[in-house]
Amino acid sequence: MSAPFVAHTDAEIAEMLAFLGLEDLDGLFKEIPESLRLAGGLDLPPAMSEPDVAWRLDELASRNKPCGRDLVCFAGAGSYDHEIPAVVKAIASRSEFVTAYTPYQPEVSQGVLQAIFEYQTMIARLSGLEVANGSLYDGAAALVEAVNLAAVATGHRRVLCSEGVNPHWRQQLKTFSRGSGNEIETVPLSGGVTSWDEVDDEGPFGAVVVAAPNFVGCLEDIARARVVADGFGARLVVCFDPVSAGLLRSPGSLGADLVVGEGQPFGMAMGFGGPYLGLFACRLADVRRLPGRIVGETLDVEGRHAYVMTLRAREQDIRRERASSNVCTNQTLMAVTAAVQLSWLGPKGLREMALGCARATRYTREALCSIDGVQLLTSAPVLREFAVRTPVAPETLVERLVEDGYLAGVPIREGFEGTAYDGGLLVAATERRTRAEIDGYAAAFEKAIR
Amino acid sequence: MGAPLLARDSEPTIFEFSVPGRHAASFRTTNLPSWTAEELVPEGFLQSDPVALPEVSERDLVAHFTRLTHRQYSVDLGAYPLGSCTMKYNPKAADAGASLPGFTQVHPAAPVNCAQGWLELLVELEETLCAITGMHAATLQPAAGAAGELTGLLLMHAYHDANGESDRRRRVIIPDSAHGTNPASVTLSGYEVVTVGTNARGGVDLDALRGLLDDDVAGMMLTNPSTLGLFEEDIVEIAEAVHNVGGLLYYDGANLNAILGIVRPGDMGFDIVHLNVHKTFATPHGGGGPGAGPVAVSARLAPFLPGPRPTRDGAGYELTTPERSIGRVHSWHGNAVVLLRAWMYLRLNGGDGLKRASEIAVLNANWFNERVRGAYDIAFDRPVMHECVVSAKSLHDEVGLSALDVAKRLMELGFHPPTVYFPLIVEEALMVEPTETESPQTLSALADAFLQVARESREAGNADEAKAAPRTTPVRRVDDVRAARKLVVTFDQRRPD
Repeated sequence: MSAPFVAHTDAEIAEMLAFLGLEDLDGLFKEIPESLRLAGGLDLPPAMSEPDVAWRLDELASRNKPCGRDLVCFAGAGSYDHEIPAVVKAIASRSEFVTAYTPYQPEVSQGVLQAIFEYQTMIARLSGLEVANGSLYDGAAALVEAVNLAAVATGHRRVLCSEGVNPHWRQQLKTFSRGSGNEIETVPLSGGVTSWDEVDDEGPFGAVVVAAPNFVGCLEDIARARVVADGFGARLVVCFDPVSAGLLRSPGSLGADLVVGEGQPFGMAMGFGGPYLGLFACRLADVRRLPGRIVGETLDVEGRHAYVMTLRAREQDIRRERASSNVCTNQTLMAVTAAVQLSWLGPKGLREMALGCARATRYTREALCSIDGVQLLTSAPVLREFAVRTPVAPETLVERLVEDGYLAGVPIREGFEGTAYDGGLLVAATERRTRAEIDGYAAAFEKAIR
Repeated sequence: MGAPLLARDSEPTIFEFSVPGRHAASFRTTNLPSWTAEELVPEGFLQSDPVALPEVSERDLVAHFTRLTHRQYSVDLGAYPLGSCTMKYNPKAADAGASLPGFTQVHPAAPVNCAQGWLELLVELEETLCAITGMHAATLQPAAGAAGELTGLLLMHAYHDANGESDRRRRVIIPDSAHGTNPASVTLSGYEVVTVGTNARGGVDLDALRGLLDDDVAGMMLTNPSTLGLFEEDIVEIAEAVHNVGGLLYYDGANLNAILGIVRPGDMGFDIVHLNVHKTFATPHGGGGPGAGPVAVSARLAPFLPGPRPTRDGAGYELTTPERSIGRVHSWHGNAVVLLRAWMYLRLNGGDGLKRASEIAVLNANWFNERVRGAYDIAFDRPVMHECVVSAKSLHDEVGLSALDVAKRLMELGFHPPTVYFPLIVEEALMVEPTETESPQTLSALADAFLQVARESREAGNADEAKAAPRTTPVRRVDDVRAARKLVVTFDQRRPD
């Protein structure tokens, strides 16, 4: 018997066993009750060689229809087809970043620590708030943490959440509310934006949550949401799109207390949904309630700049059942990736990326709207995504367009049951979409709904 | 003192390389109308100034981040014997697999007929994890171990809810040796933490446990082998006692690397099991993440699993949501590309290879434990599993050398230190997990380094060497207190002293 990543020869194993006074490897496990021991080993196929595994993986890959090779991507809904330059892939695959552990020992972890510090700075600037943590699992996880923070900080468990928040994220607020005791109340959309006027409740609420731009693509009035939050003494949580942040006023400057978002657009492949990057920023006043890791600057004994994980007393390994969150492993490599991508973009590149998305979206929207039977689902202004309704069910439409080489969009169903948006199609066009691709898409779209 | 382990020149932040007007990004030529921002964004929404990101050339960008990598230790550089972290070698084959466009370019909301390869891989992974753990079904959604714990505890809620017992069952029992995520997850799940102590042999104090068990207990979380690296000898009795009061037994999979193919959590009586693929199945830790924390359950808990989940549908694959699902616990299907790496590792090893990996992990830990005996205290003198907890208590009493001092001196001798001060119940704890991928030669050198630290401190009658360590690393010991008191967590908070 052998294992591919074990170096020990039979002679070495025998020598080590002899040193321990054991006859065989079985002797190592004598403390495990015999009745529990697995007779005959695991019921799994035998080991495969590296080329055999690679071959099998290629075969599985051939059963997928990836964007790029097979499909031109017009799907978004929280996962987008953005440019990932070679430089980002090269740095993000450096084994010092990839194969390091959490930087608990700062003397030998300055590389990761400094990269996280730089990432925190960039996310704070993007969000318009003072501090950002070192990452959470994804946008949804960041939202759950923000709502928990708001509820604890205000002492109020009720949460007012716009229907415009990504439905998968809203679903998770619900899943985790079973434990947190948070009560989530949804404020419907009207014409594509949150109709705060329909809130007929005195509160109090711990958090008011709005997405800007929201799930159906519309820009939301954050200042208005701030007024709503103030009326209830609630923290304002804004789910922002970090790409749109290249054009829009920052949520922090408009009054957000907590800003969360999905960092996937900054260098992460769509990858069937992960690993992505949960962006989390808050005000300095809330930093001691912040979930997860945060890196701070300090000095070493020789007075040199050094970085270290700080405010550690919030964290689960120290505070245990009174910790601000249970998060331990996060998405550090994705945070480093985002820091590299954002440095590659710079202010000009981020603006160009956002503008590219907005232009492609405008062009796509106009192309689709000129097709008979296609109807815009929203009246409010959009930026990088929009929702339409056609005479054909969105699932059918998507299937038909796959035949022509397009991923047409994402059907709107979950979380919008029975609303005006149910059965719509959410369409996203990023800075990677060209006029020729969009023209081809619109032509195929027209054919598919006839 | 050896040669410097890593570069010692400090590196300015990326912001300090910024020069107005410099630029690296480039995009596709789209031939689209060049509408201006003012034409695209309604007045009032548009920012007045661009976000202050660094303005650097690609060359400066690469130099900066490459220099940072020279200030960073990693598994690829050498042994990383952090107890409880399972820092085994991460196969390069998985790097190649994880970058195949046929997988990475699939949109997570693509219709299932565009993702049949992905779904087949995930179903195979689920089945493999169930075979390894002896469980019935699994969710792959949780993004890390702690997310798996919370998911498992919500499954516990759902199960008791379905039995109409959730109002009564309020408490979850955790050993005092548990990882911090356990109690933190219990609090987030809405349960109350009850701690049970450890007996003289390092196991759960069975009498104390029996005293705590009542029909208000929802379940118990247990790591086996424990964080002391010891197999829980009374596991059969513990499972029986918890089940007798109607509780569920939760397996924290942090230490699964000890028992692959040897014994299965399902056979020990566990109802819910989370796995850390970034430990056991060699997916890289990425400087702190990403991981993946699948949760496997027994048949009676399967109806509550998060959805949607990849399932077989005749010859093809589907996404389905169990009828009584607790709901989503991830935006999409989990950290899919991390799961792909785990799938590759499992295929490369096969059933026999996994068993051999555990055997050698346990052999390495026992051999190391035996080698350093005498120089360090053995917390609980029993055969260990995949890791051992030794203590610097005597060193501390004799010459004032702490576990932290030992850790820092090891850096000068060319090794990443072990986990220190955990588990909390062992004074001056040094928790060593060599893993199976360190050769006997590396292991021997590690043991020699441990012995040297102890010997030089005792024999020379001074422990200054270790107390002044490390002197060869990019920075020396850092001022944690200052970091927390003069909080600077962004470049913008930097200010002159």
